Amino acid sequence: MNKTIITVVGHDTVGIIAKVCTYLADNNINILDISQTILQGFFNMMMITDMTEAKKPFGEICDELEALGSEIGVIIKCQREDIFKGMHRI
Amino acid sequence: MLNIFEVAETNEMIEKENLDVRTITLGISLLDCIDDDINRLNENIYNKITYVARDLVKTGEDISKEFGIPIVNKRISVTPIGLIGASACKTTDDFVSIAKTLDKAAKTVGVNFIGGYSALVAKGMTPKEELLIRSIPKALASTERIMSSVVLGSTRTGLNMDAVKLMGSVIKKTAENTKELDSIGCTKLVVLCNAPDDNPFMAGAFHGVTEADNIINVGVSGPGVVKYALEKVRGENFEVLCETIKKTAFKVTRVGQIVAKEASKRLGIPFGIVDLSLAPTPAIGDSVADILKEIGLEEVGAPGTTAALALLNDQVKKGGVMASSYVGGLSGAFIPVSEDQGMIDAVNAGALTIEKLEAMTCVCSVGLDMIAIPGDTSETTISGIIADELAIGMINQKTTAVRIIPVIGKGLGENVEFGGLLGHAPIMPVNTFDCSAFINRGGRIPAPIHSFKN
Repeated sequence: MNKTIITVVGHDTVGIIAKVCTYLADNNINILDISQTILQGFFNMMMITDMTEAKKPFGEICDELEALGSEIGVIIKCQREDIFKGMHRI
Repeated sequence: MLNIFEVAETNEMIEKENLDVRTITLGISLLDCIDDDINRLNENIYNKITYVARDLVKTGEDISKEFGIPIVNKRISVTPIGLIGASACKTTDDFVSIAKTLDKAAKTVGVNFIGGYSALVAKGMTPKEELLIRSIPKALASTERIMSSVVLGSTRTGLNMDAVKLMGSVIKKTAENTKELDSIGCTKLVVLCNAPDDNPFMAGAFHGVTEADNIINVGVSGPGVVKYALEKVRGENFEVLCETIKKTAFKVTRVGQIVAKEASKRLGIPFGIVDLSLAPTPAIGDSVADILKEIGLEEVGAPGTTAALALLNDQVKKGGVMASSYVGGLSGAFIPVSEDQGMIDAVNAGALTIEKLEAMTCVCSVGLDMIAIPGDTSETTISGIIADELAIGMINQKTTAVRIIPVIGKGLGENVEFGGLLGHAPIMPVNTFDCSAFINRGGRIPAPIHSFKN
Protein backbone atom coordinates (compact mmCIF):
# COMPACT_ATOMS: atom_id res chain seq x y z
CA MET A 1 0.00 0.00 0.00
CA ASN A 2 1.26 3.46 -0.91
CA LYS A 3 -0.03 5.56 1.97
CA THR A 4 -0.02 9.30 1.49
CA ILE A 5 -1.06 12.08 3.83
CA ILE A 6 -2.95 14.99 2.33
CA THR A 7 -3.28 18.06 4.53
CA VAL A 8 -5.46 21.08 3.92
CA VAL A 9 -4.90 24.26 5.94
CA GLY A 10 -6.66 27.59 5.54
CA HIS A 11 -9.86 29.54 6.12
CA ASP A 12 -12.96 27.38 6.34
CA THR A 13 -15.30 27.67 3.40
CA VAL A 14 -18.06 25.69 1.67
CA GLY A 15 -17.01 22.72 -0.43
CA ILE A 16 -13.33 22.20 0.47
CA ILE A 17 -13.74 18.51 1.25
CA ALA A 18 -16.05 18.02 -1.74
CA LYS A 19 -13.54 19.48 -4.17
CA VAL A 20 -10.58 17.53 -2.78
CA CYS A 21 -12.58 14.29 -2.71
CA THR A 22 -13.79 14.78 -6.28
CA TYR A 23 -10.20 15.23 -7.44
CA LEU A 24 -9.11 12.09 -5.58
CA ALA A 25 -12.01 10.05 -6.97
CA ASP A 26 -11.24 11.21 -10.52
CA ASN A 27 -7.67 10.00 -10.09
CA ASN A 28 -8.54 6.68 -8.49
CA ILE A 29 -7.08 7.52 -5.08
CA ASN A 30 -8.73 5.74 -2.16
CA ILE A 31 -9.41 7.63 1.09
CA LEU A 32 -8.66 5.55 4.20
CA ASP A 33 -9.34 8.13 6.89
CA ILE A 34 -10.39 11.76 7.23
CA SER A 35 -10.15 14.01 10.29
CA GLN A 36 -10.54 17.72 10.71
CA THR A 37 -10.20 20.31 13.42
CA ILE A 38 -9.60 24.00 14.03
CA LEU A 39 -5.94 24.62 15.01
CA GLN A 40 -4.84 28.16 15.97
CA GLY A 41 -7.90 29.55 14.25
CA PHE A 42 -7.31 27.72 10.97
CA PHE A 43 -9.26 24.95 9.34
CA ASN A 44 -7.07 21.83 9.34
CA MET A 45 -7.94 18.66 7.52
CA MET A 46 -5.91 15.50 7.18
CA MET A 47 -6.63 12.60 4.88
CA ILE A 48 -4.84 9.30 4.84
CA THR A 49 -5.06 7.97 1.30
CA ASP A 50 -3.85 5.03 -0.70
CA MET A 51 -2.28 5.95 -4.03
CA THR A 52 -1.36 2.44 -5.16
CA GLU A 53 -3.86 2.57 -8.06
CA ALA A 54 -3.52 6.28 -8.77
CA LYS A 55 -3.76 7.26 -12.42
CA LYS A 56 -0.90 9.76 -12.32
CA PRO A 57 2.62 9.91 -10.90
CA PHE A 58 3.05 11.23 -7.37
CA GLY A 59 4.70 14.50 -8.35
CA GLU A 60 1.94 15.41 -10.76
CA ILE A 61 -0.76 14.73 -8.16
CA CYS A 62 1.12 16.96 -5.67
CA ASP A 63 1.26 19.81 -8.19
CA GLU A 64 -2.40 19.48 -9.17
CA LEU A 65 -3.56 19.37 -5.56
CA GLU A 66 -1.46 22.43 -4.81
CA ALA A 67 -3.07 24.23 -7.75
CA LEU A 68 -6.52 23.13 -6.60
CA GLY A 69 -5.66 24.55 -3.16
CA SER A 70 -4.79 27.97 -4.52
CA GLU A 71 -8.11 27.96 -6.46
CA ILE A 72 -10.05 27.39 -3.23
CA GLY A 73 -7.78 29.64 -1.17
CA VAL A 74 -6.24 26.97 1.05
CA ILE A 75 -2.86 25.23 1.20
CA ILE A 76 -2.93 21.59 0.17
CA LYS A 77 0.12 19.40 0.77
CA CYS A 78 0.61 15.84 -0.22
CA GLN A 79 3.37 13.85 1.53
CA ARG A 80 4.37 10.22 1.92
CA GLU A 81 3.22 8.80 5.27
CA ASP A 82 6.72 7.56 6.22
CA ILE A 83 7.99 10.95 7.36
CA PHE A 84 5.20 11.33 9.93
CA LYS A 85 5.36 7.73 11.11
CA GLY A 86 9.12 7.90 11.45
CA MET A 87 8.94 11.05 13.53
CA HIS A 88 6.06 10.09 15.82
CA ARG A 89 6.39 6.31 16.22
CA ILE A 90 9.37 4.49 17.66
CA MET B 1 -2.94 5.42 13.05
CA LEU B 2 -1.43 8.91 12.77
CA ASN B 3 -3.48 11.75 14.14
CA ILE B 4 -3.97 15.24 12.81
CA PHE B 5 -1.95 16.88 15.59
CA GLU B 6 1.14 14.81 14.83
CA VAL B 7 0.89 15.64 11.15
CA ALA B 8 0.38 19.32 11.93
CA GLU B 9 3.40 19.30 14.29
CA THR B 10 5.69 17.89 11.63
CA ASN B 11 4.52 20.37 9.02
CA GLU B 12 4.87 23.24 11.45
CA MET B 13 8.50 22.22 12.06
CA ILE B 14 9.13 22.28 8.32
CA GLU B 15 7.23 25.45 7.47
CA LYS B 16 7.87 27.68 10.47
CA GLU B 17 10.89 26.30 12.31
CA ASN B 18 13.32 25.69 9.44
CA LEU B 19 13.44 21.91 9.77
CA ASP B 20 15.35 20.57 6.82
CA VAL B 21 17.85 17.97 5.76
CA ARG B 22 21.00 20.00 5.42
CA THR B 23 22.83 17.73 3.04
CA ILE B 24 22.86 14.43 1.25
CA THR B 25 26.52 13.81 0.64
CA LEU B 26 27.56 11.07 -1.73
CA GLY B 27 30.98 9.68 -0.87
CA ILE B 28 32.87 8.40 -3.90
CA SER B 29 36.12 6.48 -3.74
CA LEU B 30 38.61 7.57 -6.39
CA LEU B 31 41.16 4.87 -5.55
CA ASP B 32 40.33 2.99 -8.74
CA CYS B 33 40.96 6.14 -10.80
CA ILE B 34 44.66 6.32 -9.92
CA ASP B 35 47.00 6.49 -12.91
CA ASP B 36 50.55 7.73 -13.40
CA ASP B 37 49.48 9.94 -16.30
CA ILE B 38 47.86 13.19 -15.17
CA ASN B 39 45.56 13.44 -18.20
CA ARG B 40 44.28 9.89 -17.81
CA LEU B 41 43.86 10.46 -14.07
CA ASN B 42 41.75 13.56 -14.68
CA GLU B 43 39.67 11.71 -17.24
CA ASN B 44 39.10 8.76 -14.87
CA ILE B 45 38.08 11.08 -12.04
CA TYR B 46 35.64 13.03 -14.19
CA ASN B 47 34.10 9.89 -15.63
CA LYS B 48 33.64 8.15 -12.29
CA ILE B 49 32.09 11.13 -10.51
CA THR B 50 29.73 12.04 -13.33
CA TYR B 51 28.66 8.39 -13.65
CA VAL B 52 28.14 7.56 -9.95
CA ALA B 53 26.50 10.89 -9.11
CA ARG B 54 24.47 11.25 -12.28
CA ASP B 55 21.10 10.94 -10.49
CA LEU B 56 22.07 12.44 -7.12
CA VAL B 57 20.52 15.88 -7.51
CA LYS B 58 17.33 14.66 -9.17
CA THR B 59 16.86 11.92 -6.56
CA GLY B 60 17.32 14.50 -3.79
CA GLU B 61 14.71 16.74 -5.39
CA ASP B 62 12.26 13.86 -5.88
CA ILE B 63 12.56 12.76 -2.24
CA SER B 64 12.20 16.35 -1.10
CA LYS B 65 8.95 16.67 -3.03
CA GLU B 66 7.44 13.36 -1.96
CA PHE B 67 8.14 13.80 1.72
CA GLY B 68 7.56 17.53 1.76
CA ILE B 69 10.91 18.17 3.46
CA PRO B 70 13.52 20.57 2.04
CA ILE B 71 16.87 18.97 1.24
CA VAL B 72 19.07 22.02 1.10
CA ASN B 73 22.29 20.65 -0.37
CA LYS B 74 23.33 17.76 -2.54
CA ARG B 75 27.08 17.27 -2.30
CA ILE B 76 29.94 14.91 -3.05
CA SER B 77 32.97 13.88 -1.05
CA VAL B 78 35.91 12.06 -2.62
CA THR B 79 39.02 10.21 -1.48
CA PRO B 80 41.69 12.71 -0.38
CA ILE B 81 43.36 13.98 -3.55
CA GLY B 82 46.74 13.93 -1.77
CA LEU B 83 46.57 10.14 -2.17
CA ILE B 84 44.87 9.99 -5.56
CA GLY B 85 47.26 12.41 -7.25
CA ALA B 86 50.45 11.06 -5.63
CA SER B 87 51.54 9.02 -8.62
CA ALA B 88 50.63 11.43 -11.44
CA CYS B 89 51.29 14.88 -9.99
CA LYS B 90 54.78 16.31 -10.37
CA THR B 91 53.97 19.97 -9.71
CA THR B 92 51.42 22.04 -7.83
CA ASP B 93 49.82 22.86 -11.19
CA ASP B 94 49.18 19.14 -11.75
CA PHE B 95 47.19 19.12 -8.51
CA VAL B 96 45.37 22.29 -9.55
CA SER B 97 44.34 20.50 -12.75
CA ILE B 98 42.64 17.85 -10.59
CA ALA B 99 40.87 20.61 -8.65
CA LYS B 100 39.57 21.97 -11.94
CA THR B 101 38.41 18.50 -12.98
CA LEU B 102 36.53 18.09 -9.70
CA ASP B 103 34.99 21.53 -10.15
CA LYS B 104 33.88 20.64 -13.67
CA ALA B 105 32.41 17.31 -12.50
CA ALA B 106 30.54 19.10 -9.69
CA LYS B 107 29.02 21.50 -12.19
CA THR B 108 28.08 18.68 -14.58
CA VAL B 109 26.15 16.75 -11.93
CA GLY B 110 24.79 19.92 -10.30
CA VAL B 111 26.14 19.63 -6.75
CA ASN B 112 27.06 22.87 -4.98
CA PHE B 113 30.21 21.61 -3.27
CA ILE B 114 32.66 18.75 -3.66
CA GLY B 115 34.93 17.96 -0.71
CA GLY B 116 38.13 16.00 -0.64
CA TYR B 117 40.83 18.30 -2.00
CA SER B 118 42.59 17.05 1.07
CA ALA B 119 45.74 15.66 2.61
CA LEU B 120 45.98 13.39 5.64
CA VAL B 121 49.23 14.41 7.28
CA ALA B 122 48.53 13.80 10.98
CA LYS B 123 51.97 12.30 11.51
CA GLY B 124 53.98 13.08 8.40
CA MET B 125 53.74 14.51 4.91
CA THR B 126 54.75 12.68 1.76
CA PRO B 127 56.37 15.01 -0.81
CA LYS B 128 53.20 14.76 -2.91
CA GLU B 129 50.95 15.63 0.02
CA GLU B 130 53.10 18.67 0.63
CA LEU B 131 52.69 19.58 -3.04
CA LEU B 132 48.92 19.31 -2.70
CA ILE B 133 48.94 21.52 0.39
CA ARG B 134 51.07 24.12 -1.40
CA SER B 135 48.65 24.03 -4.35
CA ILE B 136 45.60 24.87 -2.18
CA PRO B 137 45.78 28.69 -2.55
CA LYS B 138 45.80 28.45 -6.34
CA ALA B 139 43.25 25.60 -6.44
CA LEU B 140 40.74 27.51 -4.32
CA ALA B 141 41.24 30.71 -6.29
CA SER B 142 40.70 29.02 -9.64
CA THR B 143 37.65 26.89 -8.79
CA GLU B 144 34.20 27.58 -7.34
CA ARG B 145 32.90 24.41 -5.76
CA ILE B 146 35.98 22.75 -4.30
CA MET B 147 36.29 22.29 -0.54
CA SER B 148 39.70 21.59 0.91
CA SER B 149 40.75 20.06 4.21
CA VAL B 150 44.03 19.06 5.81
CA VAL B 151 44.25 16.68 8.76
CA LEU B 152 47.12 17.84 10.96
CA GLY B 153 46.89 15.58 13.97
CA SER B 154 45.07 12.93 15.94
CA THR B 155 44.94 11.48 19.44
CA ARG B 156 46.89 8.45 18.21
CA THR B 157 49.62 10.33 16.34
CA GLY B 158 49.99 13.67 18.06
CA LEU B 159 50.28 16.91 16.08
CA ASN B 160 52.35 17.38 12.94
CA MET B 161 53.75 20.79 13.79
CA ASP B 162 55.66 21.13 10.48
CA ALA B 163 52.31 20.88 8.72
CA VAL B 164 50.68 23.23 11.27
CA LYS B 165 53.36 25.80 10.43
CA LEU B 166 52.89 25.27 6.70
CA MET B 167 49.10 25.70 6.98
CA GLY B 168 49.54 29.11 8.63
CA SER B 169 51.20 30.30 5.44
CA VAL B 170 48.80 28.41 3.13
CA ILE B 171 45.79 30.03 4.82
CA LYS B 172 47.39 33.44 4.46
CA LYS B 173 48.18 32.83 0.76
CA THR B 174 44.65 31.55 0.14
CA ALA B 175 43.34 34.77 1.69
CA GLU B 176 45.68 36.85 -0.52
CA ASN B 177 44.63 34.99 -3.66
CA THR B 178 40.96 35.79 -3.07
CA LYS B 179 41.38 39.20 -1.42
CA GLU B 180 39.07 40.97 -3.86
CA LEU B 181 36.25 38.71 -2.57
CA ASP B 182 36.90 39.29 1.15
CA SER B 183 39.34 36.33 1.19
CA ILE B 184 36.47 33.92 0.56
CA GLY B 185 38.93 31.15 -0.37
CA CYS B 186 39.55 30.57 3.34
CA THR B 187 35.86 29.73 3.89
CA LYS B 188 36.53 26.60 1.83
CA LEU B 189 39.60 25.48 3.73
CA VAL B 190 39.63 23.72 7.08
CA VAL B 191 42.30 21.99 9.15
CA LEU B 192 41.35 19.14 11.47
CA CYS B 193 42.43 16.89 14.30
CA ASN B 194 40.78 13.43 14.57
CA ALA B 195 38.86 13.93 11.31
CA PRO B 196 36.09 11.39 10.69
CA ASP B 197 36.08 9.44 7.42
CA ASP B 198 32.33 9.79 6.90
CA ASN B 199 31.61 13.45 7.54
CA PRO B 200 28.87 14.78 5.23
CA PHE B 201 29.43 18.44 6.18
CA MET B 202 31.69 20.86 4.34
CA ALA B 203 34.41 22.05 4.34
CA GLY B 204 35.81 18.99 6.14
CA ALA B 205 34.06 16.28 4.12
CA PHE B 206 36.23 13.68 2.43
CA HIS B 207 35.64 10.04 1.59
CA GLY B 208 38.00 8.15 3.88
CA VAL B 209 40.04 5.20 2.70
CA THR B 210 38.27 2.97 5.22
CA GLU B 211 34.96 3.51 3.39
CA ALA B 212 33.17 1.45 0.74
CA ASP B 213 33.32 2.36 -2.96
CA ASN B 214 30.32 4.69 -2.74
CA ILE B 215 28.22 5.67 0.25
CA ILE B 216 25.34 7.96 1.20
CA ASN B 217 25.81 10.11 4.31
CA VAL B 218 23.19 12.56 5.49
CA GLY B 219 23.46 15.63 7.70
CA VAL B 220 20.34 16.85 9.49
CA SER B 221 19.71 20.25 10.91
CA GLY B 222 17.01 21.84 13.00
CA PRO B 223 18.28 24.46 15.49
CA GLY B 224 14.98 26.30 14.96
CA VAL B 225 12.97 23.24 15.98
CA VAL B 226 14.95 22.83 19.22
CA LYS B 227 14.64 26.56 19.99
CA TYR B 228 10.87 26.48 19.45
CA ALA B 229 10.45 23.37 21.63
CA LEU B 230 12.45 25.04 24.42
CA GLU B 231 10.26 28.14 24.33
CA LYS B 232 7.49 25.94 25.67
CA VAL B 233 9.49 24.86 28.76
CA ARG B 234 10.82 28.25 29.90
CA GLY B 235 11.64 28.28 33.62
CA GLU B 236 11.45 24.49 33.98
CA ASN B 237 14.33 22.57 35.59
CA PHE B 238 17.24 20.86 33.83
CA GLU B 239 15.48 17.48 33.73
CA VAL B 240 12.60 18.91 31.72
CA LEU B 241 14.99 20.94 29.57
CA CYS B 242 17.13 17.91 28.71
CA GLU B 243 14.15 15.63 28.03
CA THR B 244 12.70 18.23 25.66
CA ILE B 245 15.96 18.50 23.70
CA LYS B 246 16.26 14.70 23.48
CA LYS B 247 12.73 14.22 22.18
CA THR B 248 13.15 16.98 19.63
CA ALA B 249 16.51 15.63 18.48
CA PHE B 250 14.91 12.22 18.01
CA LYS B 251 12.27 13.67 15.68
CA VAL B 252 14.75 15.74 13.70
CA THR B 253 17.14 12.83 13.28
CA ARG B 254 14.37 10.47 12.18
CA VAL B 255 13.76 12.71 9.19
CA GLY B 256 17.42 12.38 8.25
CA GLN B 257 17.30 8.61 8.66
CA ILE B 258 14.24 8.30 6.39
CA VAL B 259 15.75 10.52 3.73
CA ALA B 260 19.08 8.68 3.91
CA LYS B 261 17.47 5.24 3.55
CA GLU B 262 15.27 6.41 0.69
CA ALA B 263 18.18 8.04 -1.16
CA SER B 264 20.23 4.90 -0.66
CA LYS B 265 17.45 2.70 -2.07
CA ARG B 266 16.81 4.88 -5.12
CA LEU B 267 20.46 5.41 -6.01
CA GLY B 268 21.44 1.82 -5.31
CA ILE B 269 24.25 3.07 -3.06
CA PRO B 270 24.67 1.83 0.54
CA PHE B 271 23.55 4.02 3.45
CA GLY B 272 26.49 5.11 5.57
CA ILE B 273 25.55 7.33 8.48
CA VAL B 274 23.37 10.16 9.71
CA ASP B 275 25.34 13.03 11.20
CA LEU B 276 23.50 14.38 14.24
CA SER B 277 24.89 17.87 14.08
CA LEU B 278 22.79 20.93 14.79
CA ALA B 279 23.84 23.05 11.83
CA PRO B 280 22.80 26.70 11.83
CA THR B 281 22.36 29.01 8.84
CA PRO B 282 22.36 32.81 8.76
CA ALA B 283 18.54 32.71 8.43
CA ILE B 284 16.61 34.14 11.36
CA GLY B 285 15.30 31.29 13.54
CA ASP B 286 17.95 28.81 12.42
CA SER B 287 20.55 29.57 15.07
CA VAL B 288 22.39 27.48 17.69
CA ALA B 289 23.15 30.73 19.56
CA ASP B 290 19.41 31.33 19.94
CA ILE B 291 19.04 27.92 21.62
CA LEU B 292 21.76 28.84 24.11
CA LYS B 293 19.96 32.10 24.81
CA GLU B 294 16.69 30.23 25.26
CA ILE B 295 18.43 27.95 27.77
CA GLY B 296 19.05 31.07 29.83
CA LEU B 297 21.95 33.21 28.61
CA GLU B 298 21.66 36.90 27.82
CA GLU B 299 24.19 36.48 25.02
CA VAL B 300 26.43 33.65 23.90
CA GLY B 301 29.74 34.11 25.69
CA ALA B 302 28.19 34.88 29.07
CA PRO B 303 29.37 32.72 31.99
CA GLY B 304 27.45 29.44 31.73
CA THR B 305 27.81 29.28 27.94
CA THR B 306 30.16 26.28 27.94
CA ALA B 307 27.93 24.34 30.33
CA ALA B 308 24.79 25.17 28.34
CA LEU B 309 26.47 24.07 25.12
CA ALA B 310 27.76 20.87 26.76
CA LEU B 311 24.29 19.83 27.83
CA LEU B 312 22.76 20.79 24.49
CA ASN B 313 25.33 18.79 22.57
CA ASP B 314 24.98 15.75 24.80
CA GLN B 315 21.17 15.68 24.73
CA VAL B 316 21.13 16.04 20.94
CA LYS B 317 23.31 12.94 20.73
CA LYS B 318 21.25 11.00 23.27
CA GLY B 319 18.03 11.73 21.41
CA GLY B 320 19.50 11.33 17.96
CA VAL B 321 21.35 8.07 18.46
CA MET B 322 18.15 6.10 18.93
CA ALA B 323 16.55 7.64 15.85
CA SER B 324 19.16 6.37 13.42
CA SER B 325 20.57 2.92 12.77
CA TYR B 326 24.04 4.33 12.07
CA VAL B 327 25.35 7.57 13.47
CA GLY B 328 28.67 9.10 12.49
CA GLY B 329 30.37 12.12 11.00
CA LEU B 330 30.89 15.06 13.31
CA SER B 331 27.67 14.71 15.32
CA GLY B 332 27.59 17.76 17.54
CA ALA B 333 26.35 21.32 17.60
CA PHE B 334 28.18 23.58 15.15
CA ILE B 335 29.13 27.01 16.39
CA PRO B 336 30.28 28.89 13.30
CA VAL B 337 30.30 32.64 13.71
CA SER B 338 29.44 33.99 10.26
CA GLU B 339 26.81 31.33 9.59
CA ASP B 340 24.76 31.98 12.74
CA GLN B 341 23.03 35.32 13.27
CA GLY B 342 22.95 34.82 17.05
CA MET B 343 26.74 34.34 17.13
CA ILE B 344 27.27 37.45 15.01
CA ASP B 345 25.07 39.44 17.40
CA ALA B 346 27.05 38.11 20.37
CA VAL B 347 30.35 39.23 18.79
CA ASN B 348 28.92 42.64 17.97
CA ALA B 349 27.63 42.98 21.54
CA GLY B 350 31.15 42.32 22.85
CA ALA B 351 30.04 39.12 24.58
CA LEU B 352 31.94 36.57 22.53
CA THR B 353 35.68 36.31 21.90
CA ILE B 354 37.88 33.78 20.13
CA GLU B 355 39.11 32.58 23.53
CA LYS B 356 35.54 31.81 24.68
CA LEU B 357 34.80 30.10 21.38
CA GLU B 358 37.88 27.97 21.96
CA ALA B 359 36.55 26.93 25.37
CA MET B 360 33.18 26.10 23.80
CA THR B 361 34.83 23.80 21.28
CA CYS B 362 35.99 21.58 24.16
CA VAL B 363 32.42 20.37 24.61
CA CYS B 364 30.95 20.38 21.11
CA SER B 365 31.88 19.92 17.52
CA VAL B 366 33.68 21.15 15.74
CA GLY B 367 36.05 23.96 16.30
CA LEU B 368 36.86 27.57 15.53
CA ASP B 369 34.61 27.89 12.54
CA MET B 370 34.02 30.72 10.11
CA ILE B 371 35.82 33.33 12.14
CA ALA B 372 37.01 36.47 10.36
CA ILE B 373 40.22 37.95 11.78
CA PRO B 374 42.33 40.97 10.78
CA GLY B 375 44.12 40.55 7.45
CA ASP B 376 47.46 41.53 8.95
CA THR B 377 47.48 38.59 11.40
CA SER B 378 50.84 36.85 11.01
CA GLU B 379 51.25 33.33 9.62
CA THR B 380 52.73 32.07 12.87
CA THR B 381 49.85 33.50 14.90
CA ILE B 382 47.42 31.62 12.66
CA SER B 383 49.51 28.48 13.18
CA GLY B 384 49.43 29.13 16.93
CA ILE B 385 45.62 29.34 16.90
CA ILE B 386 45.52 26.09 14.92
CA ALA B 387 47.91 24.36 17.33
CA ASP B 388 45.80 25.38 20.35
CA GLU B 389 42.56 24.17 18.82
CA LEU B 390 43.99 20.87 17.57
CA ALA B 391 45.62 20.23 20.95
CA ILE B 392 42.12 20.31 22.47
CA GLY B 393 41.02 17.62 20.04
CA MET B 394 44.15 15.55 20.52
CA ILE B 395 43.95 15.48 24.32
CA ASN B 396 40.17 15.07 24.53
CA GLN B 397 39.87 12.42 21.79
CA LYS B 398 37.44 14.46 19.76
CA THR B 399 37.33 16.13 16.38
CA THR B 400 38.40 19.74 16.37
CA ALA B 401 38.94 22.03 13.44
CA VAL B 402 39.90 25.55 12.44
CA ARG B 403 38.32 27.48 9.58
CA ILE B 404 39.58 30.98 10.02
CA ILE B 405 39.59 33.83 7.53
CA PRO B 406 42.30 36.51 7.69
CA VAL B 407 40.48 39.12 5.62
CA ILE B 408 43.15 40.91 3.62
CA GLY B 409 42.81 44.68 3.74
CA LYS B 410 40.36 44.67 6.63
CA GLY B 411 40.77 45.14 10.34
CA LEU B 412 38.89 45.44 13.61
CA GLY B 413 35.54 47.18 13.43
CA GLU B 414 34.94 46.12 9.85
CA ASN B 415 32.57 43.50 8.48
CA VAL B 416 32.83 40.90 5.74
CA GLU B 417 30.05 39.57 3.58
CA PHE B 418 30.55 36.07 2.14
CA GLY B 419 26.98 35.66 0.94
CA GLY B 420 24.52 32.77 0.96
CA LEU B 421 24.96 30.01 3.52
CA LEU B 422 28.43 31.34 4.39
CA GLY B 423 26.87 34.48 5.87
CA HIS B 424 28.62 37.60 7.11
CA ALA B 425 30.87 38.38 10.05
CA PRO B 426 32.51 41.12 12.07
CA ILE B 427 36.33 40.93 12.20
CA MET B 428 37.27 39.52 15.60
CA PRO B 429 40.35 40.58 17.58
CA VAL B 430 43.25 38.15 17.88
CA ASN B 431 45.78 38.05 20.72
CA THR B 432 48.80 39.67 19.09
CA PHE B 433 51.54 38.43 21.40
CA ASP B 434 54.12 36.49 19.40
CA CYS B 435 54.37 32.68 19.23
CA SER B 436 56.79 32.37 16.31
CA ALA B 437 59.58 30.78 18.37
CA PHE B 438 57.14 28.02 19.35
CA ILE B 439 55.80 27.44 15.83
CA ASN B 440 59.26 27.57 14.21
CA ARG B 441 60.68 24.74 16.34
CA GLY B 442 59.67 22.14 13.74
CA GLY B 443 58.83 18.47 14.19
CA ARG B 444 55.92 16.85 15.97
CA ILE B 445 54.11 17.07 19.27
CA PRO B 446 54.09 13.44 20.51
CA ALA B 447 50.84 11.50 20.94
CA PRO B 448 49.35 12.01 24.39
CA ILE B 449 49.22 9.41 27.12
CA HIS B 450 45.93 7.53 27.36
CA SER B 451 45.85 7.01 31.07
CA PHE B 452 45.97 9.21 34.19
CA LYS B 453 43.01 11.22 32.86
CA ASN B 454 42.74 14.58 34.52
